[in-house]
Order: sequence, then structure tokens, then C-alpha cells
Amino acid sequence: MAALEPSLLDRKQSREGIRQAGLFIVLGLLSIAFLLPFLWMVSTSLKPIEETMKMPPTFIPVPPRWAHYAEAVSAIPFFRYAWNTVVVCVLGAAGTIISSGLVAYGFAYLRWPGRDLFFWLTVSTMMVPFPVLMVPLYGVFRSLGWIGTLFPLWAPAWFGSAWNIFLMRQFFLGIPKDLLDAARIDGCSEWQIFWRIVLPLARPVLIVVGLFHVIYAWNDFLGPLLYLTKQETYTLSLGLQFFQSQHGGTQWHLLMAASTLVVLPVLILFLFGQRALIRGITMTGFKM
Amino acid sequence: MTKRVGVLERDERKWAAVFMAPWLLGFAVFLAFPLAASLFYSLCDYSVLARPVWIGLGNYVDLADDDVFWISLKNTAVFAVFALPLGLLMSLSLAGLLHASTVGRSFFRAVFFLPSLVPVVANAIVWMWMFNGEYGLINFGLKGLGVQGPNWLSEPAWAMPALVFMGFWGVGHSVVIFLASFQEVPVEMYEAAELDGASKLQQFWRVTVPLISPVLFFQFITGIIGVLQVFATPYIMTRGGPARATLFYSMYLFDNAFRYMRMGYACAMAWILFLIILVLTWAAARISARFVHYQGQ
Repeated sequence: MAALEPSLLDRKQSREGIRQAGLFIVLGLLSIAFLLPFLWMVSTSLKPIEETMKMPPTFIPVPPRWAHYAEAVSAIPFFRYAWNTVVVCVLGAAGTIISSGLVAYGFAYLRWPGRDLFFWLTVSTMMVPFPVLMVPLYGVFRSLGWIGTLFPLWAPAWFGSAWNIFLMRQFFLGIPKDLLDAARIDGCSEWQIFWRIVLPLARPVLIVVGLFHVIYAWNDFLGPLLYLTKQETYTLSLGLQFFQSQHGGTQWHLLMAASTLVVLPVLILFLFGQRALIRGITMTGFKM
Repeated sequence: MTKRVGVLERDERKWAAVFMAPWLLGFAVFLAFPLAASLFYSLCDYSVLARPVWIGLGNYVDLADDDVFWISLKNTAVFAVFALPLGLLMSLSLAGLLHASTVGRSFFRAVFFLPSLVPVVANAIVWMWMFNGEYGLINFGLKGLGVQGPNWLSEPAWAMPALVFMGFWGVGHSVVIFLASFQEVPVEMYEAAELDGASKLQQFWRVTVPLISPVLFFQFITGIIGVLQVFATPYIMTRGGPARATLFYSMYLFDNAFRYMRMGYACAMAWILFLIILVLTWAAARISARFVHYQGQ
């Protein structure tokens, strides 16, 4: 009996080992499939144009034509577009962090008549599809004289957004109430409590909200398509699409170089902010 | 004493006005007004350049007779019926594989997650190149299997399947959510199933998936809302072609509003979309009440 038990355990362990090896191979193959479009994009961006139209294709171009990146950047006003995009991302992220933070504080800690009803109303607006708002919003921005400027892409973020308000309120409610009461007894005003106590403690959620907004604004296509009319105000997304519609179907090497440059900042954000991003997604995904 | 509380309360309300001010304004200007206005415009003949003229249900009556409207609705429905369930199945399976593996889990999770962050324009352009009939990687791969691939994006029969297929690269978001939800399932549940002789696969479908069904339901609802609004990818890749095979609802809506300047008509389309979403959500909630398992109930 005593000899049997370890061998049973051994067999169980080796079966688990085989299972893990099998899983590793399956996941590895799937990973290659998921990475393939990226690799293909970078590979194409480094080939001379004749080589992009060769079958079977070469995967590692020799020598790599890094010059295509310089060409792509000068074929479109790349840095102009990049600057516009950065402006929209940064002003929008700052706006939504500050405004949604304020509002979330109002919903989480202050008592006022109608609060719970209004919170319920706020959450239910997340169901409204954007096309319903699209036309009148265009009218609003038009009467403000904002069409053709970057304002419609970042200014609304300064007036709160339902998702972020919801997310931040959830987080705020997790902060021990005693902390706030102690500050009130010490004579802190609500503003001081918000600014000195709640915001510093809420850093993780601020980072999540900021990161998500930056990625959203960097990737947004419909917004710029609707509101930007002059080429010098284009963001990278719109500029890249414009370039594609002008030269698509021929200069794939330059298109891929430009696309790589547009993807790269997101990739870098991902590498540094992966943990915050994943935490944010799990927060919004199922901790309702 | 009562007076003092009264002062504090009044103070709190004053602060509430300060803290809520941005959202009161934002809610009114960027949500409530547009919502009411678009319902009103949907009952009017309206281009942004002239005053709206009341025509009652005229837009809705015209829509019923508009073949292109029905085509766009059908295309969107077909896309939704394939892309949403297949996408959820795929992300559930990927999350299941990740959950079962102990080697390199966070690396693989990162790899699956990454494509869902890629800017939609760059993603669309890369996939146009992947689907290229002559030099694309997809057809090169098919050739290796002895199949001559079609000219994906310019053949009416193949453009829609191509769009559904490339959607699988965007499942990373729900993979992350499902994986996190799997980790919440109590270990005792598996131990009990193990004692009953359930295989790992049975445990996944019979224990894990039912226990996370609220998460699955939530993903399904947000999936419906998202999939019915598909716009940017087909707009960039196919412009709705070939032969309107990929003309989606939102694209036709956009064209009506900003190309033909029929904004009242576009608003009517938007309200129909809203109604469809509400009805589907309600129906999903009704049906799922029998399947979704909330813990502690």
C-alpha cells in the first residue's frame, strides 16, 4: 500500500505535465495567429514596393528599408496630426479625470435631494447608442462655432462622462468613511477632503480612467470624421484614413509604416500600463 | 442642536451644487437635449442648414419603403448573428485555456489582449492588406492548403465573412473579463465536481460557465449594443461595398445625415436602432432569467 501511493501521485503529476505541455503548444500557436497581423505590418513596412508584390512573400526583408518610415512621415503631415491627437488625448483625459471625479464625489459622499434618482438616470444613459445623439450634437457644436476645430473632441470630457462617474463612484465608496469624518471634524471643507484625501487615495482609478481615455481618444475615428473639416486639424486616425483613401492599393509599404507609427504609442502605453488596463477592464466588466 | 444640523445640511447642499455642476451642464447639453432633439427631428424634415419642418411620422413611413434601409438592417443583423456568438464562444474558450494553463499565462493573456487596443483605422488598413486577393497573407496561407482564396473584400459573397473573421482579433477585452471572473469561482465547486468524476472539460462547461453566467450575460448585452453600431471598420475597408454587401446600419445612417443632409431621416433611423437595442436587451433579460445564475440567490 505504502508503495502504491507515490506512484499514483507520480502518474497524476505526469498527466498534469502532459496537459500543461499540450496547453502551452495550443496557446503558443494561437499567440502566433494573434501576432501575425502585427508582424506582417512591420515586415511589409520594411520592404521595397516591388517586394510587397511578390509571391511567395518574404517575411524578413533584407536589408530592412528603415527609410520608409522617414518617407511615410513626410508623405503626410505626420507630426501635425500627431500633435493634434496628443492635444485631444491629454486635454480630454485631464478633463474627464477632474470632472468625473468631482461628480463621483457628489454622488458618493454628499447628500442632496434626488441624488439616487439622478444617479440611476446617469447610469441608464450608458444604454443610449451614439447615433441617437449624433445629429443634434453636431448642431450644438455648429452653433458653438466648434465644427472644424478640435474642441468637440475634448471639451465635452470636462463635463463628466457616465462610465467614468460610475467607475469612480464605485471606487470612492470603498474608501473608509471614518477617514472623511475625521477630516470634517478637523475642519476640512468638502473641497479640501476631495482634493487632499480622496483624490490621492483614488490614484489607481484615476490612472485607469486616464489611460482608457487616452487610448479611446487616440483610436477614435467617428468623432474626427464628424467634426474635423480642415486637413491641418486632422488627428492621426483621420489622417491615416485620408492617406489610405488617396494612395490605398498601391503604396502598401508606406501605409504599413504609417500604421506602425500610429500603433506604436498604444503598444508602449500597453507595455507600461498593462496592469492598470487589465484592472480597469475587470472593474468595468463584472463588478457591477 | 437641530438648527446646527440644518446649517450643516444646507452647507452640504451648497457643496453638492458645486461638485455636481459640471455633470448637470454636461448631462443637459450633451445628453438630455440631443436625446429630445433627435426624437423631435425624427418627426421633421430637417437638414442642419434650415429650420426643421414637422412632418409627423413621414420619415418612418419613408423608411419602410426604403430598400437600402432594409439592406443595411439585414447586413447588420447577419453580422450580429455570426460575430457576437462566435466572438463570445472564442473569448470564453481562450479564457478557459488560459485559466487551465500554469505556464506563461500572463504573457499569453497580454498577446490576446493587445490586438483589441489597436486603433481601428490601423487595424482596418492592415486587414485590407491581409485580405488582398493577390498578395495578402490570408490567400497565401490558403494556397498552402491547396485552396485558391477569393478576392475577399471585392466579392459580395466574401466581404461579410471576412469582416466577421477579422473580428476575432478583437476578443481580447472579453478574454480578460472572463479570465478574471473564472478566478472568482470557489475552488470547492471544482473539488465537488472532481469527486463526482467530471472531466476538466465537463467542469468548464458545467461548473465554470454557469457560475459566471451573469458576466456572460453582461458581455452579451454590451456586445449587442456594440455590434449593432459597427461603423468604422467597414467604412474604411469597403465603404459598404461591394454591391452594398457590407453596408451597415450605422453607415447608411451616417450617409443620410452627413452626405445627403437628410438629418430628420437619420434621426428616425437612430431611434429605430435605439428601440431595437431596448427590445433585444429586454428579451435577453427575460430569457436569461432562466439560465443566469446569481450566487447567493
